[in-house]
Amino acid sequence: MSTTSGGDVPRAVAETTRAGKFLFGASVLLLCGWVLVPLYLLAVNTLSSPEAVSSFPKSFFPSFDFGSLQFFLQFNGVGKALWNSMLVAVLTMVLSIAIGAPAGYALSRFEFRGKATFRMLVLMTRAFPLPLLALPLAVMFIRVGLDDTAIGLALVHTTLAIPFAVLITFSIFAGIPIELEEAAWTLGCNRLQAFQKVILPLVLPGIIASAIFAFTISWNEVFAAAVLTVQNRTLPAFLLQSLDVSPLHLKFAGGAALVVPALIFIFAVRKYMFAMWGIANR
Amino acid sequence: MAEIVIKNVKKSFGEFTALHSIDLTISDQEFMVLLGASGCGKTTLLRIIAGLETATQGEIWIGGRRVDHLPPRDRGIAMVFQNYAVFPHLTVFENIGFGLRMQKLSNDEVTRRVERTAELMHIEALLKRYSGQLSGGQRQRVAVARALAMEPDVILMDEPLSNLDALLRLEMRAELKGVLAASKTTTVYVTHDQVEAMSLADRISVMHKGRIMQAASPVEVYRNPAARFVGSFIGNPPMNFITAKAAGPGKWSVAGQTMDGPSSDAAEVEFAIRPEDLSVGPGGIAMDVRVIEPLGAHTLVTANVEGSIFRAVLDSDTTIKTGETISLLPKPDRIRWFDRDTTLAL
Repeated sequence: MSTTSGGDVPRAVAETTRAGKFLFGASVLLLCGWVLVPLYLLAVNTLSSPEAVSSFPKSFFPSFDFGSLQFFLQFNGVGKALWNSMLVAVLTMVLSIAIGAPAGYALSRFEFRGKATFRMLVLMTRAFPLPLLALPLAVMFIRVGLDDTAIGLALVHTTLAIPFAVLITFSIFAGIPIELEEAAWTLGCNRLQAFQKVILPLVLPGIIASAIFAFTISWNEVFAAAVLTVQNRTLPAFLLQSLDVSPLHLKFAGGAALVVPALIFIFAVRKYMFAMWGIANR
Repeated sequence: MAEIVIKNVKKSFGEFTALHSIDLTISDQEFMVLLGASGCGKTTLLRIIAGLETATQGEIWIGGRRVDHLPPRDRGIAMVFQNYAVFPHLTVFENIGFGLRMQKLSNDEVTRRVERTAELMHIEALLKRYSGQLSGGQRQRVAVARALAMEPDVILMDEPLSNLDALLRLEMRAELKGVLAASKTTTVYVTHDQVEAMSLADRISVMHKGRIMQAASPVEVYRNPAARFVGSFIGNPPMNFITAKAAGPGKWSVAGQTMDGPSSDAAEVEFAIRPEDLSVGPGGIAMDVRVIEPLGAHTLVTANVEGSIFRAVLDSDTTIKTGETISLLPKPDRIRWFDRDTTLAL
């Protein structure tokens, strides 16, 4: 070990590194706080008794009292709203994969005129604000009798979810070299067998991820749901409707019921979200 | 017996003709290398033999059976791809056994054959791994093992070594040659690397712009190129060419020297000589030395003959200096002549 540690250059470098590290750490902390503090408050209030939620001073630790959740689940209309949400989300999931996955496959495997324009247009659908579309849609839905139905709302949610379904499945299919299929053919498979034994196992996780993402988009969507449904409200629309009349603990429990499934799902499929944005996932 | 016969095969992609009427017979157990620059049609020809591409016209026969209307799986072939195409969702064991399972062989038989080929390719220790846990060289071995396990009549290889680093390529080259010779299969091997082609092949088919220029043994292709392209493509440094003018019947004037040559009515032909077939001596071809590059075993001399580049590989104890004018004698039996119009050997 050397005892002459008086060199300027290493020290300067070390200090720069230290400042950089501090800045990096602070940014990470700030971002984490930004996301986690609301979640933390939501969790604390959901897991406290109804009395504790409305009282003062607040406790910063949950008492693990399930009174609020129990009240929420027994609240008139919540069960039906949950069921509606589930139904609409599942329909959205099925529709957006049924339409989005073939589009993604076509984009990845075939060359055709207007391919670039098509990709652009797929993204453009996200450029229109939903309020602009929701009101004319409501009028149209009433005319054709789709208003206040799960399938009607699912159609709107599918429109929102399709760009993501197309882009995710596109990146999944594009990531599978054609040689894998060809190798399967030379090893004794016909086209269908090659698809079943080689392509399907490789794309399935991505397809499921894309389906789950469509599910969460529908699950969390509130505006179209509020405009297009009256009797058959989904949970977000139901909570919005009863926001000013419901007690505080109901709102927290409802919020948790919306956030938790979405969080779990997104966490489960995070790898494929990155793939969608072009960040390598392998 | 798995002789491959290619009869009058053509392939066009729209306006572009990738292959012009290919005729080639590859005998049983032969190691045939298709050699050419990228875009010459060698991979297209391989894929047509495999059944991954359909010929615009022509016939493919394997082992006395016409196969050009059969899908790849019914042709008795196995293929090794440039990017290995090892299935990422299966273990090495299941990759090697994939084709055997498709043949509905019993579990015992699959295990026996997978283990035997794995041993042959020295990958016994990797059988439980997935492709993501393997290096490029290991993936290459899995891909070859998967093809060998099928015990096919014909193995087709599409630049299998081009993604490996130089040292590994050298090692795999020697190993492939041994393994394939022992397996007694007919091999068609595509490469753009002439050293690889020379060292592996029983016969080389040199391809250029969708045509086979010459199909012959490596030494024959090197010594007696059938066309100017073959001479210029094979060999490093490449063959030297000088335009020769007619100087009487069977006599040609090459850079001022009169030499005996072919009898031809043409006013000009092309004189060709390999750089290593030259020696310093009086009465040879005069040239101005431009660059001297000592390479240890020999010295590479780059000179100027009538305005064009001329290279010679000389003994390393040569005392030639840059700027000198020297006279180099070609070995008479190594001189080749090419027609100016057809570019074919005379």
